[in-house]
Amino acid sequence: MRTGSYTSTKYLPFGDSALLVEFGDAISLELNRKVTALDEAILKAEVQGVEELVPTYRSLLIRYNPLKTTYEQLVFRIKEIEEKLTESEAKVEGRKITIPVVYGEEYGPDLSHVARYHGLIEEQVVKLHSRREYKVYMIGFVAGFPYLGEVPDEIATPRLETPRFKVPAGSVGIAERQTGIYPCEAPGGWQIIGRTPLELFDSIRQPPALLEPGDIVKFEPISEERFRTIRESISKGLHMPFSEEQ
Amino acid sequence: MKIFQVLKPGMFTTVQDTGRYHYLRYGVPISGAMDLFSLVLANILVGNNPNAACVETTLTGPELQALTRTQIAITGGTGSPKINGSSVPIWQTLEICEGDVVSFGRMESGCRSYLAIRGGINTPPILGSRSTFARGGFGGIEGRQLKTADAIEGYNAPLLEVEYSTPEELQPQFRGDYKAHVVLGPQTDMFTENGISTFLSNPYKVTLEADRMGYRLEGPLIEHKGKADIISDALLPGAVQVPKNGKPIMIMQDAQTTGGYPKIAVVITPDVSLLGQVKPNDTIEFSKITVQQAHEKACEYYKLLNRLGALLMRKRAR
Repeated sequence: MRTGSYTSTKYLPFGDSALLVEFGDAISLELNRKVTALDEAILKAEVQGVEELVPTYRSLLIRYNPLKTTYEQLVFRIKEIEEKLTESEAKVEGRKITIPVVYGEEYGPDLSHVARYHGLIEEQVVKLHSRREYKVYMIGFVAGFPYLGEVPDEIATPRLETPRFKVPAGSVGIAERQTGIYPCEAPGGWQIIGRTPLELFDSIRQPPALLEPGDIVKFEPISEERFRTIRESISKGLHMPFSEEQ
Repeated sequence: MKIFQVLKPGMFTTVQDTGRYHYLRYGVPISGAMDLFSLVLANILVGNNPNAACVETTLTGPELQALTRTQIAITGGTGSPKINGSSVPIWQTLEICEGDVVSFGRMESGCRSYLAIRGGINTPPILGSRSTFARGGFGGIEGRQLKTADAIEGYNAPLLEVEYSTPEELQPQFRGDYKAHVVLGPQTDMFTENGISTFLSNPYKVTLEADRMGYRLEGPLIEHKGKADIISDALLPGAVQVPKNGKPIMIMQDAQTTGGYPKIAVVITPDVSLLGQVKPNDTIEFSKITVQQAHEKACEYYKLLNRLGALLMRKRAR
């Protein structure tokens, strides 16, 4: 049970027009892979009555139209799809996206605290944070906020005791083994270690969020100057976050 | 074209339609009318598409001056609307002339009125909807509540030849003591049997913390078996979550799309619409039904919404 996986997946009613498929009770890559795999399989299968899917850490919410399917029909159909999921499908990885970040100073006011908390120097925290790839487990809290996992134990840090009233847009934070990015200015208690110049959410873009559940993210340390250059090209509408050379 | 100018904005007045769907996975809430039924009915009364955008008022309504001749309909909470200072009925088509002032008085029952304009409100659709999501700053008029001197844009739609009114049996009653049906789950197993029966056998009072995001409720504490946190998962309007303090929170249209409290039950769709009219100090009693019963009620509700047009009474031909 190290992965927190249930022996059999739970199918739970969620009111009159949604079904919750829960795979386990833990935050783990293995569990979240099942969520991503089922999400993709249902999208591909174009199941009768399914309106939209909301993947989260360890479960998938399926919102459906009760005029087009019954709860039993839908459960039956989703179970069929779940049973056909193979090991290899559960290992398919999402898009890879690099997020440039200025670490420390005014951009990451809690970097020094995170370093002190673990008896490290700031550069080591940056290296540990930007070295590995993270999966987008889910998007929530505010529109476009990605919950990414998981940071190495050496830099996992509890939330601030007193949350900040305002965290600037683009701030990159750590909360325990999670790391995330604030798409807009919002109140928040995560340890802010840096800031990205990218626009994580834009309501007139399609899709509106830069990241989606299942994506693989890597952080790239950049200079303040590079931050300003990227901001400038974004304001001119020229920046391509998925360009090859990044 | 400009249909209305805002003379006074009211307490919290926004543009809403039936909601913004298919973006939950990106963290975008559904938004839309808190009382969907009243919004759809207002639209039908002026011959609009049922999901056209309307003005949604909250407790204290706005004062609007017509900039053109048009037809409107006001539904939902009994907000004592007036045209040029004279009371006008709700739940029916009304014709107004250029210069007329539409105002609201005391909210006698319910919390939100819907004002539909012939042809619908024409604000730019954002992610497929004109609904205002004020916390996210998009939709409606510049992503915010109305303010003085705003212009409400609409279409140059020809006036309806026939005006309509709503038979009394179709007009929902908002008396302040609400009864709502729920389906237990998805996380009912995190509560003791005692906790579940407490939830189902007592009225819960709506506190002052009640807005488009949701309602914090006050009443007998609901007991958890053990921990009161879950690994955050998806939320939808109608979900009733219970944090450690044992006091339920009902999720509404503008709530965040994920949450970390266990959900004891979910209110069925037609009753979410009804509860869109609750205000502080109102009470809600929850009663459980099966998923199958909930389906039947939801289907009846959607079918009713689809054939509302045929059920209205012709008031008069112009």
